[in-house]
Amino acid sequence: MSVEIRVASIDPIRQTFARTARRFGADKPASRYQEASFDLQPRDNFHYRPVWDPQRDIYDRRRTAIEMRDWDDFRDPRQYYYATYVLNRARMQEAAEKSFEFVDKHGLMATLSAAQVQDIETLLLPLRHLEWAANLNNCFISAYCFGSPMAQGAIYTTTDRLGIAQYLSRIGLLLDGNSGQSLTDAKARWLDDPAWQPLRRLTERSLVQKDWFELFVAQNLVLDSLIHPLLYAPFHSGVGDTGGAYLAMLTEFIKDWSADNQKWVDACLKIATAESPANRARLSAWTAEWKALALDALAPLAQRAAHLDGPERLAAAARALDQRIAKLGFEAA
Amino acid sequence: MNTQDTRRPAGKKLSLKEKYAQMTRGLGWDTSYEPMDQVFDQLGLEGIKIHDWDKWEDPFRLTMDAYWKYQAEKERKLYAVLDAFQQNNGHLNISDARYVNTLKLFFTGITPAEYNAHRLFAMLGRQFPGPGAAIACQMQAVDELRHVQTQIHSISQYNKYFNGLHDHTVMNDRLWYLSVPKSFFEDAISSGPFEQIIAISFALEYLLTNLVFMPFMSGAAYNGDMATVTFGFSSQSDEARHMTLGLECIKFVLEQDPGNAAIIQRYLDKWFWRGYKVLGLVSMMLDYMLPKKVMSWKEAWDIYFVQNGGSLFNDLSRYGLSMPKYWEQSVAEAEHLSHQTWNAFYNFSGAAAFHVWLPSDEDMAWLAEKYPNTFDQHYRPRIEHYRKLQAEGKRYYNPSLPMLCQTCQTPLIFTEMDDPTRTSHRQLEHDGDTYHFCSDGCRDIFAEQPDKYVSAWLPAHQILQGNCVEPGTEAAGDPGADALRYFHVVAGQDNLDYEGSPDEANWRRWKGLDKTTPAAAA
Repeated sequence: MSVEIRVASIDPIRQTFARTARRFGADKPASRYQEASFDLQPRDNFHYRPVWDPQRDIYDRRRTAIEMRDWDDFRDPRQYYYATYVLNRARMQEAAEKSFEFVDKHGLMATLSAAQVQDIETLLLPLRHLEWAANLNNCFISAYCFGSPMAQGAIYTTTDRLGIAQYLSRIGLLLDGNSGQSLTDAKARWLDDPAWQPLRRLTERSLVQKDWFELFVAQNLVLDSLIHPLLYAPFHSGVGDTGGAYLAMLTEFIKDWSADNQKWVDACLKIATAESPANRARLSAWTAEWKALALDALAPLAQRAAHLDGPERLAAAARALDQRIAKLGFEAA
Repeated sequence: MNTQDTRRPAGKKLSLKEKYAQMTRGLGWDTSYEPMDQVFDQLGLEGIKIHDWDKWEDPFRLTMDAYWKYQAEKERKLYAVLDAFQQNNGHLNISDARYVNTLKLFFTGITPAEYNAHRLFAMLGRQFPGPGAAIACQMQAVDELRHVQTQIHSISQYNKYFNGLHDHTVMNDRLWYLSVPKSFFEDAISSGPFEQIIAISFALEYLLTNLVFMPFMSGAAYNGDMATVTFGFSSQSDEARHMTLGLECIKFVLEQDPGNAAIIQRYLDKWFWRGYKVLGLVSMMLDYMLPKKVMSWKEAWDIYFVQNGGSLFNDLSRYGLSMPKYWEQSVAEAEHLSHQTWNAFYNFSGAAAFHVWLPSDEDMAWLAEKYPNTFDQHYRPRIEHYRKLQAEGKRYYNPSLPMLCQTCQTPLIFTEMDDPTRTSHRQLEHDGDTYHFCSDGCRDIFAEQPDKYVSAWLPAHQILQGNCVEPGTEAAGDPGADALRYFHVVAGQDNLDYEGSPDEANWRRWKGLDKTTPAAAA
């Protein structure tokens, strides 16, 4: 037995918007992701040249050396549009919030050993500034890239990176009893500690990079793929013994986020590589260049983390990066 | 560093403000391996001086975790309503199918503007060196994307049942009257970062939002459009944040350096007038297009600009700012604006993506009551004349292409305020060419930056030059028909009068208003 509700049905005169029908077909209703994501950026008849880039149009394909016939081809395998994005992150933050509350309520930071505290202070907290740079870099991509799908993915990564910087800040605040001293100290390390300077130098170099796709490769592929295994991963699996599990709880958001974000990054790279041999060569060259720079920049931090197998972690991350891009269709040659 | 000294697990409780400051304010740093003026390389374009970005007062103090949580809650509620709206054919509950024409104007004119705002605020989120200012802009960048997408999803159902909504992005790029809002936003986005934020956050969001947002969302509420009004309520708290950003921004810039006031006043004069000219489309929507009226354009302008804007400028006078140039003229024109704008669309409805109609007797009684100084004297006789022609089967169309204002791109359809029988037309010579304007305000804006405005893409000129032909197709030789195809306006379906349109026929059929109407062409 089932209960039937009778409703008047009226045949629609069309299934979806013309731009969606041109891309996905006119014969069926489109998904909300499809209607919300593609072919939204203005294309024709720009009225004025921007004062901040007078040689180009407001939206211009020529802000990167990568060339695509269809810039709206960058489909996000997660199918995030605003609603699904914030619903996903709201779930993740709810879990993170519980972890932070739990650690705080039971005073669990006090169970950490002096060595663990030192690891947090010297290896983890300065990364909030790296995340801020990653936030600015993705904001740059969202602002100056071409096509609404790329701009959409990049603005979500922008806000994600701010969220991560803020979670790192909260770890510091748990550690210093909300005085903020640990954050002041971490900033001093970022600015002056010799082990952090090569990475800061490379980060600042990324901030003056004007080819937005090169920036995508530098930040979202190379730097992330080396820094996460080297500096975040030791905290995910518990540093040392006592209290390590609590650190894993506090950094779980970052770990889950990295896996989630990587799906989008890989999809974009795969699509761009498959487009043409010229793109493939370009992506390979950028990856090789930034990988070499990043390995140099991270070497002092790997040494600093020698007790956590820093050099081995960095070498393994470099190999994993090679394997990852080989799967995507290019190489760091 | 002595780690033991900093470990105080039983920490003090932080207020929301302190927590936000700790988590956010220290994130940025002064770069030393690369010069700051390379990292933030647009700040010197305009002559605005900022001495201390730390003086920026964060208007929202929202951390990302709180943002995700609040926004997800709002999305859950909004999409529950949209689902119900679709499931129950909510589009049948609107006051009348004429109402949908206001959505067509909104969706082709405003939704693409929200997309530009998404990108503009991403630019600002990258260009401002203070994390406080940058984060406020980044959140607005993602909010604006939310508005684009929730508008698309609210209107998706209407698009399945009504014409003229189907190709909003292409229409915004190409359709003649949409070059008014398009050029407004492109003017802003092509400016330096401070002008960008004054144009959109202050002039548009703070000063004029109630005149764009309020009429459409209230119009939806009065006319039974549950999808749009729910979107409106859902985005209200976002809009409140955006307005606060506009006010904070202008105060911050003015307090940073006394030399900034003159530049800001110039921006306000320009952007007030630019914004006001876009609002002509809203005026006719309020007075002529809503089957159930909310308030007249004149009333809206009195409340939201003259009263609210006036008290705002009172507050700002301590910084040496004054009411924008030509504001008095906007008040005088409020008696005429909607009537002259609707008349133009009645004339050129063959090339529009929405339907027009003549006001009913009841509508005209309302207009006469709201416009006692002008309607019966100047506008009723014209409408009655059009009625007579229509009854004789001689419906009047204007067969020419209108002259457009070089700045705001509105056709020269407005009259001198002291003589409603004379067209307002201004001219200026520049580099041996003569340029035409609808008003003193638009002429002045051109005169400040002639090299910018000479490059404007004026639809009427482009049609006459043969540039409005759908790419990949042959020109048919009839510039009008070619232009319609280029606009993606389907002749006989999207344009012309509401009476006799497929929209009307479908509506009557669905509502059972006319049993003899045959099934309409889709």
